[in-house]
Amino acid sequence: MSGSLLRRVRVAEVEQVANRIKRFRLVDIDNAPLSEFSGGSHISVVMHSGDRLMRNPYSLMGSPTDTSSYQISVLNCGNDSRGGSKFMHDAVSVGSELEISEPLNLFPPCKLARKHILVAGGIGITPFMSMMNELDALHCDFELHYGVRSLEEGAYCKYLQSRYGSRVNVYLQDQGQMIPLESVLGSQRLGTHMYVCGPKPMIDWALQTAELLGWPAENVHSEQFSAPPPGKPFVVKLAKSGREIEVRGHQSILEALEEHGVDAPFLCRGGACGQCETGVVSCDGFIEHNDHFLTEAERVSGKKIMICMSRIPSGSITLDL
Amino acid sequence: MALTFKDETFRDDFTFSNSPAAIRRFPFPFVEDKYMYSVNIEPHTTGPEGSVFEFPFDIDEHYVSEMRDRAMVLQEDPARCQALPHMMMAQWDMLELVMMSMARDYPDLFTLTRDGSKWHWVNRPLKIEQTFTFGDASTLPYEPMEYIGRQVQGDFSIQDQRDNQLWMDAGIITSQADWSLDFDVGMNFFEWHGPVPLAHEAGVFERALKFLLNLQISNPVRRLNWTMTINPRLDTSPENYHKWGKDRTTVTPENVGQKVHLRVEMQGLFRLPRSNAILFSIRGYLLSLDQLVTVPKWGRRLHRVLKTLPEELIGYKGLSRYRDTTIEWLSKYDDGAPTSRGGGPD
Repeated sequence: MSGSLLRRVRVAEVEQVANRIKRFRLVDIDNAPLSEFSGGSHISVVMHSGDRLMRNPYSLMGSPTDTSSYQISVLNCGNDSRGGSKFMHDAVSVGSELEISEPLNLFPPCKLARKHILVAGGIGITPFMSMMNELDALHCDFELHYGVRSLEEGAYCKYLQSRYGSRVNVYLQDQGQMIPLESVLGSQRLGTHMYVCGPKPMIDWALQTAELLGWPAENVHSEQFSAPPPGKPFVVKLAKSGREIEVRGHQSILEALEEHGVDAPFLCRGGACGQCETGVVSCDGFIEHNDHFLTEAERVSGKKIMICMSRIPSGSITLDL
Repeated sequence: MALTFKDETFRDDFTFSNSPAAIRRFPFPFVEDKYMYSVNIEPHTTGPEGSVFEFPFDIDEHYVSEMRDRAMVLQEDPARCQALPHMMMAQWDMLELVMMSMARDYPDLFTLTRDGSKWHWVNRPLKIEQTFTFGDASTLPYEPMEYIGRQVQGDFSIQDQRDNQLWMDAGIITSQADWSLDFDVGMNFFEWHGPVPLAHEAGVFERALKFLLNLQISNPVRRLNWTMTINPRLDTSPENYHKWGKDRTTVTPENVGQKVHLRVEMQGLFRLPRSNAILFSIRGYLLSLDQLVTVPKWGRRLHRVLKTLPEELIGYKGLSRYRDTTIEWLSKYDDGAPTSRGGGPD
């Protein structure tokens, strides 16, 4: 059981919402209703770019109860990325057809929380768009702390402030403003939950700040969709079938397997969900673990690898596939 | 399949029985001649026509009588249906999924008409007609889970998902195999599975939980579970142990065929879209051994399964007092011939 059933959609609207961010509105190819979803959910978008197949996760931003269309926002990472976001910016326009997965939620708000503190950096605002929609409808207590480089670089600042008023706090880096996280997290009552989404350094900072202030680990949540970091080519050997497959420098193991028709398990493709955990039979050198799923002990053991994110520097790795 | 609903009882005089067609579609759970726990999960997709797997929620000839028995249990013990306050959205998710499925799959029996949030539900077998506002519990005679739970076969629990765990925070449980919602409500996946022997050591629950946390919308899964029950009693709850526990001492070589029933649960797991909760359906089927051995393969195989069942499972499933009598009785139906793989009749 790898991945999930895919649905064909058509791009109904594209809007430039910030300097490097576009919003895409997707409708079912036959205008059938889409699944409802819960706040914090994402979909995977399948992209065929030349001979490459990519599947990138994007948070759903619209109202969870709107089944007529899904909305995603994509930051153009330019030429330094693997090409998924650039493909969406350059090659996808109104009328383009794409394939998407059903929604999956790895970042749900805790229903028992007395209050929700949402901390976003840049494009990390996207999962909070649907989350705030849901929390607002349920009359839950929440506040957003949203850091952007500048008003031109930040998406939806004005919209969020007009919709949610004083519950939204925007911090402009070019004005020297910083999220005052210590004072925000230092003065919350018991039962408050904190959620952070943004660049990795920001997530690390937020998690460390919460820990230092004595927040219980179960009240702290984060989501980070990182693309599999590139590296040098290497070879994957499959123990069961005896096949050998080359993984190119900008490919993940999972992508290389798919290119060669190997049906490997996956779901989130961001190293978070654990679905693609694969046994390692043997390996040249050390595994570069890039996931957020395996425990430290599991990493050290070298017996497991998350094939959507992790790789080896060179040589070959034999997987239990 | 046109359904004729039987008028029968699951208590007192126990008039329940299966028609020949119902015997043929019984979900016999043993795919080989021995049994051990496994993560036996498969996609809950459309099964063969007429089988119990054809639709997400199977309605059969026992529907009307089972719903009557459920109403009696709830009348005597309202704690069999509980939902914690944060589960209201999940309750509506469940009502929508069940109503949409039943109306689609059994259009002769059930009709759902939706106009925005104005919904109209017709249940012909139970003679119920209801107009209500989706999302407004005050427009229904019960909360949404109990309302639809009184109209669909099987027990249901709803699991909230948080902290990478599942929490049993709601349920309507009236025909259970010796577990209690009142005791389990609010527990997490590992806690409520605490009493199960052997499976913890095998790592079954860690794997199952990891799988379920990633369960996707529109991709439900199912598994079969089983136990044995003396008399065709639906409500074998801990709350009523004083009523049914002693039945286990009444099995004799003469009455095994009528008294001892194989009890199979087809368990479905559905991701609920708005709440991100998981609906767990426990759809039970009972079959007396007299009726079971009308399928020769099942008689042979059940004999072999019971003979080789690990001691821990015999105790956990409550079979200790009548297992030997039952094996002796079943031995008459086991000629030693090989059995084919899979659970279905030959």
